[in-house]
Amino acid sequence: MSLIDNINKAFDHRIRLGIMSVLMVNEYADFKMLKELLGATDGNLASHAKALEKEDYIKVEKQFIGRKPNTRYSATKLGKLQFKKHIEALEKLIGK
Amino acid sequence: MNSNKYLEDITEIKKMMNRSSRFISLSGLSGVLAGIYALIGAYFAKNTLVAHSAMDSAAYAQRNSMPLQDNLTLNLAFIAGCVVLAAMLTGIILSIRKAKKSEERIWNKVSRRLVFHFFMPLLAGGMFCIALIQNGSSGLVASATLLFYGLACVNASKYTLGDVKYMGLAFIILSLVSTQFLGYGLYFWALGFGLFHIIYGAMMYFKYERS
Repeated sequence: MSLIDNINKAFDHRIRLGIMSVLMVNEYADFKMLKELLGATDGNLASHAKALEKEDYIKVEKQFIGRKPNTRYSATKLGKLQFKKHIEALEKLIGK
Repeated sequence: MNSNKYLEDITEIKKMMNRSSRFISLSGLSGVLAGIYALIGAYFAKNTLVAHSAMDSAAYAQRNSMPLQDNLTLNLAFIAGCVVLAAMLTGIILSIRKAKKSEERIWNKVSRRLVFHFFMPLLAGGMFCIALIQNGSSGLVASATLLFYGLACVNASKYTLGDVKYMGLAFIILSLVSTQFLGYGLYFWALGFGLFHIIYGAMMYFKYERS
């Protein structure tokens, strides 16, 4: 198995990388927080979050805070594991 | 894909992890200024104490068992209040300025978490100090304030620049040493809130802000 095999294609985008990074160090993050941190548009963020959700890397919870709808994201066990592998692969590739 | 892109990815990951969990716009300069305010406050406090001829450490044990004279307590509380107010305002204003520069929002989930974890031990400590004065153990107030402030810094360090932890540890050690020198509280205060803040603030300023 070559090193490149550990590079996960699902994380190969700045926004997806950002979402996973935030969710690795925070129990959860809501849509607004991710948007501000990543500087992404609504549509852009939603579609990348959807892609990660499809892979079962993140969990999406929709709820209401008062009357306002609120979408909350958290990383799944699988997502955390895969992202860790991805980081390790990146570090090896740049010869750290 | 080349190794440059991998490096960029790693940098981005680290940046996002930090940004989303730590409030990094804490201003070092405000630490220096807070220290200077504390020293000015200590100077006025000393003058007030001398005016009330309460600076005599030899008579300390005897005085400690009595409640402080109302007038003196009020004067000292006023000086302390001014120092705290000035330091907090400076800290907030300079941090807002720094946040604007780095395009970080000042009042977000991360800064709220920082404020909560900093003020929780601090408020508990403040109430504890009032209880100490109530019970005639005012000699330990200086040590207690240093101790709780140190604990607050260590607690808050998880949510801001990690270096705050080392200042917190320094305060804790200073506080424990000061328990063995009752009657010299003002000097320990000046050393901690004055000098430690100036040293820490200057270090942070040169490490993160000078560019």
